[in-house]
Formats: sequence, structure tokens, C-alpha cells
Amino acid sequence: MQFSGKRKKLIGSSQNDLYGHCLQFYGQPPLDNISLAEFETLAVERLKLLKTVENLGVSYVKNSVQYSKKLEAEFTSLNFPLRTELGDQKVQGGTSEYEKRRKDHISHFILRLAYCQTEDLRRWFIQQEMDLFRYRFNDLSSKYKTDFLHKNNLKYETVSAEEKNILKDKLINSSYGLSGITVEEYDFYKVPFQDALDLVRTRKVYLLAGNAYIPHSEIVTIVLNDFRTRLSKALAMTARSLPAVQSDERLQPLLSHLSHAYVGQDYSIQKNIGKISLEQIDSLSGKSFPLCMRHVHKALRENHHLRHGGRMQYGLFLKGIGLTLEQALQFWRSEFVKGKVDADKFDKAYAYSVRHMFGKEGKRTDYTPYSCMKVILSNPPSQGDYHGCPFRHSDPELLKQKLQSYKISPSGINQVLELVKGMHYQLACQKYFELTHSVEDAGFSLNHPNQYFTESQKLLGGGRDIKKEVEMSQKGQENPSSMSRPSQESSKQAHEEMGDLDSFFQDE
Amino acid sequence: MANEDYNPACLPDLLPLYYRRLFPFPQYYRWLSYGGVSKNYFQNREFCFTLKDDIYVRYQSFSTQNELEKEMQKMVPYKIDIGAVYSHRPSQHNTVKSGTFQALEKELVFDIDMTDYDDVRRCCSAADICSKCWTLMTIAIHILDRALREDFGFHHLLWVYSGRRGVHCWVCDDAARKLSVAARSAVAEYLSLVKGGEDTVRKVVLSDPIHPFIKYSLSVVERYFPQYAIVEQDILGSKESVDKVLAPLPEDIKKDLTTFFQKVKNPMERWEELCTLVEHKKSSSKKGGQYFDKEIMLQYCYPRLDVNVSKGVNHLLKSPFSVHPKTGRISVPIDLKELDTFDPFEVPTISLICEELEKPRTDEVEDEDMKDKENEQDAGERRRIRDYKRTSLAKYVKVFDNFLEAMTRSRKGEMLKKSDLQKDF
Repeated sequence: MQFSGKRKKLIGSSQNDLYGHCLQFYGQPPLDNISLAEFETLAVERLKLLKTVENLGVSYVKNSVQYSKKLEAEFTSLNFPLRTELGDQKVQGGTSEYEKRRKDHISHFILRLAYCQTEDLRRWFIQQEMDLFRYRFNDLSSKYKTDFLHKNNLKYETVSAEEKNILKDKLINSSYGLSGITVEEYDFYKVPFQDALDLVRTRKVYLLAGNAYIPHSEIVTIVLNDFRTRLSKALAMTARSLPAVQSDERLQPLLSHLSHAYVGQDYSIQKNIGKISLEQIDSLSGKSFPLCMRHVHKALRENHHLRHGGRMQYGLFLKGIGLTLEQALQFWRSEFVKGKVDADKFDKAYAYSVRHMFGKEGKRTDYTPYSCMKVILSNPPSQGDYHGCPFRHSDPELLKQKLQSYKISPSGINQVLELVKGMHYQLACQKYFELTHSVEDAGFSLNHPNQYFTESQKLLGGGRDIKKEVEMSQKGQENPSSMSRPSQESSKQAHEEMGDLDSFFQDE
Repeated sequence: MANEDYNPACLPDLLPLYYRRLFPFPQYYRWLSYGGVSKNYFQNREFCFTLKDDIYVRYQSFSTQNELEKEMQKMVPYKIDIGAVYSHRPSQHNTVKSGTFQALEKELVFDIDMTDYDDVRRCCSAADICSKCWTLMTIAIHILDRALREDFGFHHLLWVYSGRRGVHCWVCDDAARKLSVAARSAVAEYLSLVKGGEDTVRKVVLSDPIHPFIKYSLSVVERYFPQYAIVEQDILGSKESVDKVLAPLPEDIKKDLTTFFQKVKNPMERWEELCTLVEHKKSSSKKGGQYFDKEIMLQYCYPRLDVNVSKGVNHLLKSPFSVHPKTGRISVPIDLKELDTFDPFEVPTISLICEELEKPRTDEVEDEDMKDKENEQDAGERRRIRDYKRTSLAKYVKVFDNFLEAMTRSRKGEMLKKSDLQKDF
């Protein structure tokens, strides 16, 4: 594989050196020759792994027992390396540790190519790779952790015994599970707070004069920060050399398909544009809106106002279900003028942002509706806000009352609350779907408010058969456009492969 | 916030005078140039002017102090916002290839707005403030100022009254201006304790061990809470607000308190009983670490930040010395040495200072007039300095001057250190 011009410089470093540890910083690109088929398999399997990392991160607390168990299972089934030493290859007939590490190495670099092109892709890739790295690093025994630091030449400033003594109480109170003895015994590292943002954000370290005091047990944070910085630089570099790779017509379609696979459907292209009238919205909000949208809709009708976060979440959802720009403007204006905003003020202060949502102002980005992940993870509601995910951002007691008011059966409510307690917000929402639509099994896996709406409409508009038809026709439309040269042998093969990939992501 | 001496209709007449004779351009330019250390720092800064009828003019930028002055005097903005320092001149943002025009740096800013406290204020709501609820801003500044200095190691903090219902903080250290979006949001989240929207009852959750930062913050809140919340806001005075205070408590304590409150009406005694019960429950339960009383105090008094303002590098924030069009008050720097006596209602309005300017001047300055002739160039500037010194704006410009002076001193210190280092080689 020839990714860049660096290749020649690296001749001489033996492969065994490269794979001396089961974890690596991916400092050097692989130099092997591999077949196209292998190129593809490796990439798809790593993508599956990253996708699993993403999904688990939403359903479970990261690094909880369940999270780790599920992720470990995925490692085993996809044959990625985890914690074993190169020497002790006990698995007979299975993939050798060397092979696994090689796979880890090469597949990472392939996805770098696919995910370096836009800000969004880079962010997603870095996030998943970091979660992956954190999991693998935490899983190492302390000997291997030290070994890893050593091999990668990572040195951090330690806090002197004297200073530790002075700060003892504060250090104990800043981190979980520390006592006086452990503070004396273990090393603390002092780094600029910018290098330990995750710990700063959650107040898990002591901060003094811009330095974070990090207990040895949290050293993964600093290592991870290093990893992020390197990866982010590397992706920027890769993006620059990408044109050379893209000129290879065997790789180009493959890479672009790989990078499109991560989000699933984004619900931006709508066939049913203009099929919804404003009068329908109230009744639809009760029947087919997910709870988050039903809730902002109600707040909007009651207060005749929504703050920015609510307008974005709800406005893009409405756009996704088919409101035209004109309808959207009319919808927001008619509601806002009932409140404190007069028509003139609306046109000046709010109409711009509605047009902006439809890509008619500013950068002219055609914004896509928020996915569940985005609603759950970013921009949590604060005072005066009604957006967010009710399963994630409401007090359970209030959620219960709300569900009661929507006539959900007590046993149904308990099931929902149980899921909420386990932090399975999307599953809770899916349960809500099943309860409100009186079906046993929703038959899909919910990850987007607009998906909720579409599924609900399908269900209310007739049997399951219609749904299948729609799916088939969607698939039929998607594939030819992304794969326009089926005549070549290799890309035909790729086509089949990616058919699988498609179904994999649709199943998710 | 009604005030007798200002009438919004007069704003168009007063602004030209304000920008011609009172606005502290030299200091303003000195601030945003940051010693001229990095090239084009002032030139690539975005300004946004709000004109009559809420017309926003974004991406304004100026190459010199003189150009800024001329332009402001020409356009007479109702409001001025400051944005980021960009990779190119913002005024030319349309001429550079899309994607290359990027926000690079900005002060780390915080925006605290009284409307965000509406669920815990009983005196006013929305845009209204009074001297009672202003205590919330005082608490906020005490807590955040300490944390930004001691925890994060920043030195150059400019606290500004927004002119109406809140305060802004501009953290101007080099390191702060260079922070990434992720770092800004991490700082803001570190500083945020009150979480959740309309659907959250218990908005502060504490657990063992209590982080030193929260301990410091609690010590500030505890200092103000009895007088502010129990006496002035009287949060345990009426049925409705009692219900709200008790809502986050566990059922058993709630029940005991309701019975107790039927007998005892004195709010302070009620609060003490609440604390006693929580304390009792804590010592009797094995789990430990239940801090319901402290959580309530924080929920009612802890600063509420608009995280989104702090996060974005390209987010606009109202400039110091801009006029608030609704109240007419000048957005003035707050002197932290006199924080506890700072009264937003004493902040001068544009009408007041313009009036002060019109008053016949005493003859104190003839001497200086002579000197002016020696140095024609500075004459205009000097006249303006004398102008604002005759108004109530003077003491606030002085605060700004002191802030700038401290920044210059530390910049010089840095430069000396650097050159010393070089000599070592």
C-alpha cells in the first residue's frame, strides 16, 4: 500500500518493531502490498468496530462492565487485538496475534483516508477512535501501560512529594477513590488544563493556576489527549495528500462509500415535501411525533415562543417531515406573533434563522434534522428551554406524569422508566412508540426523530407491506448513484460487498 | 427598569455626541491591539453594529483607531458587538475563498443573564432587575472570578455590566484568547453546577467527595444565602414558593417539614429546621453524601452561565462602553474592589453624561490649552480625555485604564523573561 511519499524513509524499521505492543499510536503507515479485496474487508470490519463503539457509547456508560463486555465480544468476533502479548499465541488455528495487530494497523490507516475529507467525518472518526483507544488502554495491565508509555516516549511532569503533601486534602477531594495513603504512594502528573479537558469538564481533577493534577489512575486522559492531537494532525495531513489517492479509480468509490456509511440516513432528502399542511401539525404531534417533538410543539403552542435550541431541534424536524420554507415561515410567524413578538420583529429577528435552516442564508448549508444522538448528547436544555430528549433530560417523576397524561398504561410507564434508569434513552423512546402505536415490536431500531415519524406514518397509514416497498425503492435509488461503474470486475465485487454494508447500517 | 432621566426616543440625538466626545477610543484601541504583538490583531477583529430598527451589520473591521472612530461617528450604531479575530479582514470576508475565512482567536467570555434565574427570583422576572436580585450577580462574579484566577490561572479579567440585566466577563490573557472550542466548553462546564431545563426539579446534584471548587463556591453562597434568599426573597414565606424549595427533597424530609411549617412561620427557623433534618438524615444513613440543603442553596444562588456564548470562538458579545438602547445605560467595567457596593442603577445613562458635558466648565484647564498648541497632534485626543473626565463616566474609564495598565505590565514582564532566556544561550 502506498499512501504517501514517506514510504522510502521508513524502510529498515522492521515490522516486528512496529507491532511490539498490542496498542499503538499509529505513527507509521503500513508498507505492505495488499489485495483490493483485503483492503476492503479490513476497512469494513474496522468500520463495524467503530460503529459498535458509537452505539455502545449511547446505550451504556462508557467503560461500565456491560460496555466493556459487549465491546470485548465485538473485538473477538472481528479479530481485533486486545491485551494479548505477541509471544503467547495459544489460539490454534485462529488468527495469530501478529495478524490481528497488522489488521488493526492497516485498517486504521484505510479509514483515515476515508474519513479525512470533511470536518464532520474527521470529528466522528476521531471520537470513535478515541473511545476505542481509551477502552483498549484501560484494559491493559499496569505493566503494559508503563510499557506503552515507554515505547512511545511519553513523559509527563510528576508532582513532587512535598507539593503532594501540601495539596493532599484537595487532591483527595478532587478524584474518586483516593485516600491519604494512595496520594502518597501514587504518582500525580501536572499538565496544562488544556491537555486534560475531559477531566476538567467533569471536575475529576484538582486545578491550580491552570494546571491539572492528574492521579496515575487517570493517566489515560493525558495519553488520549496526545492521541487526539496526533490523529487530528495526521488527518489534516492525509487530507492534503488525498487527491493523489483519489485519482486511483479503484479506490475512490470505495473510500467515498466507506465515509458515507457512518451516519445512516440523514433524513434531509424528502420525497414528501409539501405533503403536510400546517393544520395537520397539531394532530400529527399527538399521533406521530416522538415525545421530544411533541413536547417542544406543546411548549411552542403554550408560550408562543421557543429559545434557539428548541427552534433548531424542532424547526429541522419539521423541515424533515416535509414543511416547505414558506410553510415554516408562516408556521413560526403565526405562533410567535401570538406572544410578545410582533410581525415586524419576527421578520427581523427570527425569519433569518428559519431561512438559514433551509440553507437560504449565511453559508447556505442545507442543515439536516438532528439525530437522536445529537439531541441526547449535544446542547442540553437549560433554564427556559424545552428541547432535548425527554427520556434523557426530564426528571423521571415529571416524565412519569407526562406519560400518564398521554394515557400510557402504568405497566407501560414502568417499562419505559426502567429503560430510562438504565440510560437506554432510545430504547425507552422505542418502547413509547410501541405503546402508543399498540404494536408488540416496533420492528426497527430507533435513532432519529424523523425515523420515528416516518415509521409511525407507515404504521398508521396501513400494514407493514408498504414499509418494505418503500425500503426497496429507496435502496434501488441509492445504489446506482454511488456505484456508477459496475463494468469493472473489482468494483462489481465492491458493489456486492457494499450491498452488505448497506444492509448492515440499515439494520443498525 | 424604568429610569426618569432617559428616554429611548432621544438616543439618535445623543449617540453622535457620545461617539464624538465621550467614547474612550484610545483605551478601546489599546485594549484590542494587545500591545501590537501579533500582527493585524486589531485589523482582523470583527465588529458588529446594530443600527436603528435592529439592522445588524456584521463583519465590520477597521485598520486603525482613526478609521474605527470615523466609522462609528458616521454609522452611529445603537449597539456594538465584538466578535473574533479572523484569519483575514472581516470586511473582506466575501473576497476570500470560502472555508479559508476562519475565526482564530477571541477572549474567553462569559455571559450571565438575570432571565436565567427566573425560576428562583420572586422579586422580578424577565428583563427586570432590582437591587434585591442583583445580589445574584454579585455572587456570580465572586465565584467565577476566583475560579478563573486561582483554578485556571488567568489574570486579566474584565467584568462589565451589560447595561440592563446582567454581566459579562472578558478573560483577556493570551492563553485564554487562544483556547479551542473544546477547551472553552470544558471550562464553562467545569464552572456550571445548575443543570436542566423546565423539566428538571433537582437542578444541582452533589456527591462525595465535594470538589474543592464546589467547596469554595459554597462558602461564597453561604455568606449571602440567609440574608438574600431567606430574608429578601423570602423563599420560605409563601405556600407556592415553599413547595418549590421542597420539591427536590426526599419524601420523608418533605413530610416532616410540612408538619413543622404548619407550626412555625418564621422563615429563618424554617430553613434551620430543613438543614437539621438533612443533617440528621445524613448522619443516620450509611450512604452518606446527601447534601440537599447545599443543593438548594446552589440551585437558588449559583451562577447560571449561558454556555453557548462561552463555547463559540465566533460568538458575538456586546462591547464594553456600548450603550444599552432600552435603558440608556453605558456598559461599564465593574471595579471588583467595590463589587459589593456596585449598584446597576447608579451606572450613568447616556443622557446623564451628555448633560454633564453641556454644563459650563470651570476654568481649571486654561493651562493645558496652552500646552495643546505645542503638540497639535494630540490636541484632539486630549480634549476628549478632558471631556469624559467631566462626566460620571470618568470613574469607569479609570477602571478600564487600570485593567489595561496591568495587562501592559505583565506583557513587559513576559518580554523581559524571554529576552533574559535568550541571553542565557
